[in-house]
Amino acid sequence: MTAIVATGISKKFRMSQSRSSVKDRLARRGGGDHQDFWALRELDVTVEQGETVGILGHNGSGKSTLLKCIAGILKPTTGQVQVRGRVASLLELGAGFHPDLTGRENVFINAAFLGISKREIERRFDDIVAFAELERFIDQQVKYYSSGMFVRLGFATAINVEPDVLLVDEVLAVGDEAFQQKCLERVENRRERCTILLMLARITSGGSAAGRSCSITGSRSPTPLRAKRSESSVSTSTARSTRAAPEPSPIPIPAFRSGRSRFGITRSLALIYVLPGEPVDLAIEFEATEPVTDSVLALELHNDRGDLVYGITSDAIGAPCDVVRSEASWWCR
Amino acid sequence: MSAVHDPELRLVLPRRSIRQHLVDVWRYRELWSRLVRKELHVRYQKSVLGFAWSMANPLFLLVVYTIVFSILGQSFAWFGIWVLVGVLVWNFVSTSLATGAQAITSNGYLVGKVNFPREVLPLASVGAALVHLMLSTGLLVAVLAVTRFQVDWGYLWLTPFAILTMVIMASAFAILLSALNVYARDTTHLLELVLLAWFWLTPIIYPFELVTQKLQNHDAWSYWHLLNPMTSLLIPIQRGVYGKAVIRDADGKVVQRLLPDLSQWWYLRNIGIVFVVSVVLFAVAIKLFDRAEANFAEVI
Repeated sequence: MTAIVATGISKKFRMSQSRSSVKDRLARRGGGDHQDFWALRELDVTVEQGETVGILGHNGSGKSTLLKCIAGILKPTTGQVQVRGRVASLLELGAGFHPDLTGRENVFINAAFLGISKREIERRFDDIVAFAELERFIDQQVKYYSSGMFVRLGFATAINVEPDVLLVDEVLAVGDEAFQQKCLERVENRRERCTILLMLARITSGGSAAGRSCSITGSRSPTPLRAKRSESSVSTSTARSTRAAPEPSPIPIPAFRSGRSRFGITRSLALIYVLPGEPVDLAIEFEATEPVTDSVLALELHNDRGDLVYGITSDAIGAPCDVVRSEASWWCR
Repeated sequence: MSAVHDPELRLVLPRRSIRQHLVDVWRYRELWSRLVRKELHVRYQKSVLGFAWSMANPLFLLVVYTIVFSILGQSFAWFGIWVLVGVLVWNFVSTSLATGAQAITSNGYLVGKVNFPREVLPLASVGAALVHLMLSTGLLVAVLAVTRFQVDWGYLWLTPFAILTMVIMASAFAILLSALNVYARDTTHLLELVLLAWFWLTPIIYPFELVTQKLQNHDAWSYWHLLNPMTSLLIPIQRGVYGKAVIRDADGKVVQRLLPDLSQWWYLRNIGIVFVVSVVLFAVAIKLFDRAEANFAEVI
């Protein structure tokens, strides 16, 4: 059964300077001083129930617009969206929280936004508070919360109301690591029953939760997110389309055998993404064309900005790295 | 997947029908009541007297008008009760419109981030104003009880119908104004002036018959005044609560005419006309709101 079917949705934004007063509007009437900007054009999206889909795209590629259209916050200019079941959107955690109300009151209001009855939310209330770890502060006004507390309560509410469809917009990057981990686990647990759409600017920790990723970038029209036509930057391409949890898949790297080299890496396990706190197995197999002695293997981990995160050499840990004429491999954990 | 439940299908379309709007509002009635409570709660959170403030305003007006009109010689017996009725009812409409107009703009933090039928916001403003009306009606009842004032039950039963019509009318205006205010903030300022004029055009602190008599003197149709919907809705309430249409002296001679000395049905007919107009206006308001709401999240 499909959870989300969007057919031919386009969204036009009208760009103009502030038209907040009647005078300005009248002055502009004749001129038509505005430009149209199509954030989405003729986009088709189909997501099956229980699927977790990540949508990749740069800032301004239309991710958030798409998500808001699916959530119903924005009305598409053309086309229609069908969503099956209860939709919780985490466009911004704690969205809809009123600063002057207490955490408790805000949870109830937030639940009412999702169309949830008072009785149902009363039943889940303790779970929400426990998940957010805010037992002591739940009757405090939200304006006194730290941003972390705010975000925790927002996420706890959204995930604990058991949405059928969960729309997440780059929010898993907030909160401390332990809470992030907890969120990811919860998202993982909900997976079977819940359709999840993750919006990501780049592959981060959140990306690993996605079973299928699509990116909004060029002008191609591959399967899962179909874009018939697109202006500027919207359309899609499939990055991966397996439903299973992401396992590091081996990607062969051609052996490095130039004339000068006697030593090359034959194969390594390339990691697509890593969960925070998760152990990583790296295996590097290499091959030497002639005996090499006294060699040192160095491993450096860089983040996506190119900063060195971690570095180690076989020397430093006292691991011998002598290669005798054939293949060898090196593991580290 | 687990076919335990078959969740209902929701559609996001560029437009919704009037019927769909009403269905959505009904589905979100829980949210509506939460927002009404929120509005009241936030307004009085830090004030010591809390809800008492909503009584202070009409009482203060009552004192001011009574003094001024006594000096001007325009006062009449039990003038205070007359003014109180008018002011309480008027406050409901003016607060509904004034807060309703800002309902969408002041809740921009919600509109851009969460999905819900937006018309719930102006309707919550009307709801909060209605709660105020209920509370201050308690005050009025107390005043009537203490002074052992004679109400006219033969007309008093018209009051709920008048209030109901007023709620529909206020909702229609609140929905319209809230949408308009998103695109032109001038609405709020203009509304202040309109409300001021409307207050004096409605027989709140002067009797209805004062105007009819003036119009008669000019050979004009004496019921022009009824074209103001607030007049049509207010006079039945005044007739019921104040209890008499004319003031007679000890000899039974008419000293002052306050309201038309006509039957309940005449009053009911006036309410009926405004009711029909209000329902039409409400439908128009929803229709226009539907056109406007597509861009709320962006414009705010």
